[in-house]
Amino acid sequence: MLLAFSVVAVGVALIPLVYLMVRTGEAGWARIAEELFTRRVLRLALNTLGLAAVVTTASVVLGVGAAFLVVRTDLPLRRTFAVLAALPLAVPTYIAAFAWVSTVEGFAGFWPAALVLTLCSYPYVYLPVAGALTAADPALEEVARSFGRGSWRTFLVILRRVRPAIVGGGLLVALYVLSDFGAVSILRADTFTRAIFIAFDLGFDRTGALVLSSVLVALTVLILAGETASRRTDARLASLGTVRRTPARIRLGWRRWPAVAALACLLALALGVTTVSLGHRLAQGASRPGTWDEVATAAGNSLLLSAAGAALTILLAVPLGLLVARVPGLLSGTLERLSYLSHALPGLVIGLSLVFFGINVVYPLYQTTALLALAYAALFLPLAAASVTGAAVHAPPVLEDVARSLGSGGLAVLRRVTLPLLLPGIGAGAALVFLTCMKELPTTLLLRPTGMDTLATELWSNTSVAAYAAAAPYAALLVLLSSVPTWLLTARTGILTKEDAS
Amino acid sequence: MPAPTRRSLLTLACAGLLAIGLAACGGEEDGTSGTSATPASDKKITVYSGRSESLVKPLLEKFTQQSGITVEARYAATAAMASQLLEEGDKSPADVFFAQDAGALGAVAKKGMFAPLPNEVTGQVPESYRARGGEWVGVTARSRVLVYNPDLVPAAQLPASVFDLTGPAWKGKVGVAPTNASFQAFVTAIRVQHGDAKATEFLAGLKANDPQVRDGNAKIVEEVEAGTLAAGLVNHYYLGEIAKERGKTPETMKAKLHFFPNGDTGALVNVAGVGVLKKAAADPDVRAFVDYLLGAEAQAYFAEQTFEYPVIPGAAAPAYVPPLASLKVPAVDLNDLDQLEATIALIKSSGLVP
Repeated sequence: MLLAFSVVAVGVALIPLVYLMVRTGEAGWARIAEELFTRRVLRLALNTLGLAAVVTTASVVLGVGAAFLVVRTDLPLRRTFAVLAALPLAVPTYIAAFAWVSTVEGFAGFWPAALVLTLCSYPYVYLPVAGALTAADPALEEVARSFGRGSWRTFLVILRRVRPAIVGGGLLVALYVLSDFGAVSILRADTFTRAIFIAFDLGFDRTGALVLSSVLVALTVLILAGETASRRTDARLASLGTVRRTPARIRLGWRRWPAVAALACLLALALGVTTVSLGHRLAQGASRPGTWDEVATAAGNSLLLSAAGAALTILLAVPLGLLVARVPGLLSGTLERLSYLSHALPGLVIGLSLVFFGINVVYPLYQTTALLALAYAALFLPLAAASVTGAAVHAPPVLEDVARSLGSGGLAVLRRVTLPLLLPGIGAGAALVFLTCMKELPTTLLLRPTGMDTLATELWSNTSVAAYAAAAPYAALLVLLSSVPTWLLTARTGILTKEDAS
Repeated sequence: MPAPTRRSLLTLACAGLLAIGLAACGGEEDGTSGTSATPASDKKITVYSGRSESLVKPLLEKFTQQSGITVEARYAATAAMASQLLEEGDKSPADVFFAQDAGALGAVAKKGMFAPLPNEVTGQVPESYRARGGEWVGVTARSRVLVYNPDLVPAAQLPASVFDLTGPAWKGKVGVAPTNASFQAFVTAIRVQHGDAKATEFLAGLKANDPQVRDGNAKIVEEVEAGTLAAGLVNHYYLGEIAKERGKTPETMKAKLHFFPNGDTGALVNVAGVGVLKKAAADPDVRAFVDYLLGAEAQAYFAEQTFEYPVIPGAAAPAYVPPLASLKVPAVDLNDLDQLEATIALIKSSGLVP
C-alpha cells in the first residue's frame, strides 16, 4: 500500500522527465550528438559543477559555522542571530542578484554568482545542522572532553555527529545551484540553466534546450551518486540516553566579539545589501506602485498557489518519506533518488513539459491551480519527503506495532499513531515547500491560471520594464511573507527554546 | 504534425502516469468534464502577451470599458510565450498573440497557427510592418539605436555604421545584450542584408573588441546614463522608459540616442505586433481587439506611454525621437526575420552567449 502510493508520488515527479526523454529522442541522434559533443557543453558542465562545488563548500562552512555559534556557544544576542541567519532563505536569488548588480559596479561572472548563491542558500545547511546540534545527545562530546581532547577535537566529534544533516543540506544546495536561474542569468554565470534559458530565448531552440536539460539530469545523477556513496560510510551513532539534555555552551570569552562581527558581516551581505538596494530603488523611482488592492490580490494569489502546492506535495511526500524510513532498501532508496531528478531541472523545462502534459493528457486541468500545484509537487517533492523521513526515523515503529497488537486497524494506526508522530516533519516539509513555491517564477509564469498575478510575477513584470519603484512593494511583501515559514522552520530546529528559563 | 507516433507515444506515457495518479486519488478529478471551446461573440477573449503587463494592462482596461469585451490576459517573455504557444498547438486557449518581435510572430506563423487577417485590417499598416501573407500585423515600431554618453563619446565621433563598432576606437566601450530578441533580430537582419559571412565577421569582431555583455537593454541604458559605460546597442524606447521611472523626460537624460544613417543595418526597425490564432479567425470580439490596437486611442497610448512609433500613418509620434518616416531604415523585410536557426547558431558559436 505504502509502496503503491510512493510509486504514484515519484511517478508524478517524473512526468517532466518522461517529456524530456521523449522530446529529446524526437530530435534524432545526429542532432543530439551535434548539440552534445561540443566544447561549449564541456565548458558549461565544468562551470556548472564548479559553481555547485564552490557554493556547496561555502554554504557548508557558513551554515555549520553559524549553526555552531548559535547553538553551542554563549554568543550575545544568540536567539536574534538564530532567526536572522535563516532569513536569507526568504530572499529569492533574482531579487538578491538584482540588488547586488545595482549596488556594485561591474558585479558579474562566476565568483559574484557564487557569492549571491551562497548567501541565498547557506540556510539549507544552517537549519538542519542547527536542528541536529540542538537534538544531538551531548554525551559523546562530554566523553571526548573527559578524555582530555581539546576544544578543536571536541568540535570534530560534534561535526561527525551532525554529518548526515550537513550532507543532506549540502545536497539541497548543490541541486539548487543546478536549477537556479535568477542569479546566474542576472550575473551572467555560464551554467546549464542559463544556457537552457538562452536557448529558449534565442529563437525557441527547443531541441538545444532539451539536450542541455538532459545533461543537467545526468549531472544530478552524478551528484546524487556522490551523496549516496558518502551516506554509506556514515555509521549510525546511538543516543546514549533518552532524556533530551542541553549541551554545555562553549564560553567564547574574548572571542565573542570576532564571532559577533563575523555573523553581523554575513547578515549585512545576505540581507543588508538587498534591503538597502530595494529601499533605494523605491525612493528613487517615480513609477506608480500598484494600488494596495492589486498588491493584496497578488499576495493572496501567492499564498493560495503556494498553499495548494505545499498541500499536494505533502500528500505525495508522506507515503514516500514513510517508505524510505520504514522499509529502507534498494527499492525505496531508488524511488527516493528518482524523486530528486526533477528537482534539479530548471523551472522553464518543468513548466513546458507540464504545458504539454496539460494540453494533451489532462486538458480540463490546463491553466488551473491544480496543474500548477502538480508542477510544484514535481519540483519540490524531495524537500518534503526528506522532512517526513527525518521525522519518521525518530518515531520508533514499535509504537505502531503496539497499536496494531492492541487491535487497531491499519487506517486507525495511521491516523492515531503514525501521522501525529510525523506531524513535526510534515509541518517542516510544508513550510519549506510553501516558501519555495512563493519564490518560484518560471513555472508559475507558464502554468498559472490566466489573469492570476502573484507577487513573483508582478515583480518580474515591473522590473522587466525598469519600473523598479513599482516592483519594490511586491519584492518587500514577498520577502516578508516568505519569512513567516522561514521563522517556523527556525523555531522547529529547537534553537529558540529558552532552556535557561526553566 | 511532424512526428505523430512519438507525440502519441508521449501522450500515452503521460496518460499512463496520470492513470496511476487518478486511481490513487479515487477519481477525485472525474467530475471535471471538458468544456468545448466554441468562440462566438461571447464578449470574452484570451490574449497571450509577450509584452509587459504594466504597459499593456491599462490599455486592455480601456478596451474593456469601451467594448464591454473582457480580456483574459497571460503575460510572459515573448520567447517563452511563443514556446508555450508552439507546445500548446491547436488546443491553445489563446485567441491572440501580442509579441515584442516580428521573429517570434514569424516562428508561430511558420507553424501555421495564425489565421490570415483580412485586408481591411492589414491594409492600414505600411507593407513593411506586416506579414506578407497577413498572418500578423505590426502594432508599433521600434528602432535599433546606439545609446551613448556624450561625456564619453563626443557627437563628432559617432559611428556612421554599426560595423564601425568592431574597430579599435570602440574597444571595451560597447554594451550589448546578445540574449535579447531584439539583438537577435538585428543579427538576422545583417544576414539578410549582407550575408552570413558578414554576420559571422561582425560577431567575431564584436567579441574580439571586449564587448560589455549585459543581461538586457535597460541595464545598458542605465549604465550609459551613469557614465560607467560609453555606449550600447539597444532599442530606442528604453531611454524613455528609464526617464519615466526617474520622473524625468527623455530630453533631460544624460544619455543620448544615435540613429544610424543611410540605411545601415544598425538602424533596423522591428515591430511589436499581433497574430490571431486560427480558431479565433471569425471571432468578432477578437477582430474588435485588433481594430482597437490599430485605432487612434491605442496608437496614441503607445507613443505617449511606451515611447514607441505608431504604425498607422498620421498618428502622433513619440516625443524626443525623429519621426519614423525620416529614419533611414535598412532594406530588410521583417518577414525574413523568422529564419532564426542559423542566427542562433552564429550567435552561439561567436561566444557572445554561453
